[in-house]
Amino acid sequence: MSNDVPTDLKYTKSHEWVRMDDDGIATVGITDHAQELLGDLVFIELPEVGTELGAGAECAVVESVKAASDVYSPLTGEVVEVNEVLADAPETINQDAYEEGWIFRMRLAAPNELDALMDADSYAEHAESDEH
Amino acid sequence: MLIYEQSRPGRRAFAQAPKQRPALDGIPSELLRGAPPALPEVSEMDAVRHYTRLSQKNFSIDTQFYPLGSCTMKYNPRACNSLAMLPGLIGRHPHAPASHSQGFLACMFDLQEMLKDVTGMRRVSLVPAAGAQGEFAGVAMIRAYHEARGDKGRNEIIVPDAAHGTNPATAVMCGYKVREIPTLDDGDVDVEALKGVLGPQTAGIMLTNPSTLGVFERKITEIARLVHEAGGLLYYDGANLNAILGKVRPGDMGFDVIHMNLHKTFSTPHGGGGPGAGPVGVSERLVPFLPVPMVGFDGHDYNWLTAKECPQTIGKLSAFAGNAGVLLRAYIYARMLGREGMARVAEYATLNANYLAKRLSDAGFDLAYPRRRATHEFIVTLRRQAKELDVSAMDFAKRLLDLGYHAPTTYFPLLVPECLLIEPTETEAMDALDGFVEAMVRIKGEAEATPEVVKTAPHTLPVRRLDDVRAARELDLRWQA
Repeated sequence: MSNDVPTDLKYTKSHEWVRMDDDGIATVGITDHAQELLGDLVFIELPEVGTELGAGAECAVVESVKAASDVYSPLTGEVVEVNEVLADAPETINQDAYEEGWIFRMRLAAPNELDALMDADSYAEHAESDEH
Repeated sequence: MLIYEQSRPGRRAFAQAPKQRPALDGIPSELLRGAPPALPEVSEMDAVRHYTRLSQKNFSIDTQFYPLGSCTMKYNPRACNSLAMLPGLIGRHPHAPASHSQGFLACMFDLQEMLKDVTGMRRVSLVPAAGAQGEFAGVAMIRAYHEARGDKGRNEIIVPDAAHGTNPATAVMCGYKVREIPTLDDGDVDVEALKGVLGPQTAGIMLTNPSTLGVFERKITEIARLVHEAGGLLYYDGANLNAILGKVRPGDMGFDVIHMNLHKTFSTPHGGGGPGAGPVGVSERLVPFLPVPMVGFDGHDYNWLTAKECPQTIGKLSAFAGNAGVLLRAYIYARMLGREGMARVAEYATLNANYLAKRLSDAGFDLAYPRRRATHEFIVTLRRQAKELDVSAMDFAKRLLDLGYHAPTTYFPLLVPECLLIEPTETEAMDALDGFVEAMVRIKGEAEATPEVVKTAPHTLPVRRLDDVRAARELDLRWQA
């Protein structure tokens, strides 16, 4: 796999990443590997601020010319902010999946769930074997 | 170029001009236009050349091999067109009384009976005007069935991850939540996962059999038993009916409702040349809910069955009884084939698919399910070529167009990376299939030696590689001078 996987993030099997910020809020996006598989994104359906999400719940849709894919919430919590830039510029995720291409931020209800997510090494291995 | 861009003031095509000014008596003056509409002004020859050129830009089943997986693009016999256009049939007004439409109604009644017989269902309604409307009608009947029994807690439809995208969309349209279940590595539904999601909330399951992976679902009777035991119903997506026509019947597999795409399996025009037709067939328990009007026969006369005779119907889906012209073509096709002919459709469709799969495999292509017998279609995965040569399934598809072949379905099903879903149908002869193999082998050689040729294809068509990303992001369908 050619993509870099940032070591300071946590990952899910379904190709989301999570960053814990200093204010105790988690930022969520999809990985560079995921955007590469999807191809050029043309539409992102964002969650609504205030939505309560369970871990594993469908919370957003990323659509490319090849396919539409659900994004799953990695953790339990409430959506506090969404990346409005993506509504007009979905290609931001293709260009910069880990920084400018973040999808939403959530306040965690059960921060210990983080421990169950993968670190960069396990995710890189998973992405290599998963292939799709 | 649009015909508007060829307009020159004063040019006329007299063959198209109205012979006499239509009477406008009785139309209030405020509803009459003051100026003529902005129609293009062209000569008769301009108009003939414009539309002839446009038709020559078409890729169509009348000009090329069209192996579009899960779409069953087969030859449309001309006899169906000629007979469906007999004056007594096309001159019939949809409001004509049944007593003046006995011939047409007899054809529709016989079509209902033949579809019933070949699918093993208890009763058929021809009403749905396309596959998607057939799916909608099917799931609406499942809903009506549970509601009529006072069984209100069932709010989930189960859909395997290999399903057509229309299946979950239909379930949501009918107000259900979708529960997705995975497929095993050999292409069968994961029965253990199915057991895990079945329960008192299960309204039904939507299955395509054979599935979009081009393999027959071997555990179908066990799946039917499990779903029925949980109180749910089974929906059969008829997209792949061509593979089993006259051989295996969805009714015998335990399905409660099926939609049939007549524009696929029964060879009516398809894909821009439509419209389609998506009749639904049901098992005993769903008979009361079928959409109306259907055609009944009392032993002497044919008549319409409406909401009066079918009080529990889910209702009408369009103003009349579906697309009459399409239904007539399907009726004629079925009559020309007969029972034995229908079985031959399935035999040759599967023979052609397996022949093509074997030849492509021998030529060095990877089959997605090499250990399974293909049904009427099969999947080639170009994952290896994409990795080693950086030439994708889309590049192969575009290059095939240059060589005179419509591309197979690409990037579907989503489960298989870099895939081509190939369905030759029974109407292609062996030399056409061999020609397709040669084209694929040639492209493989190009991908190895001169990959740029493949990656920048097509080179010979009226338009080059389309920017589908920009088309999706900045869709603009308006013509501006």
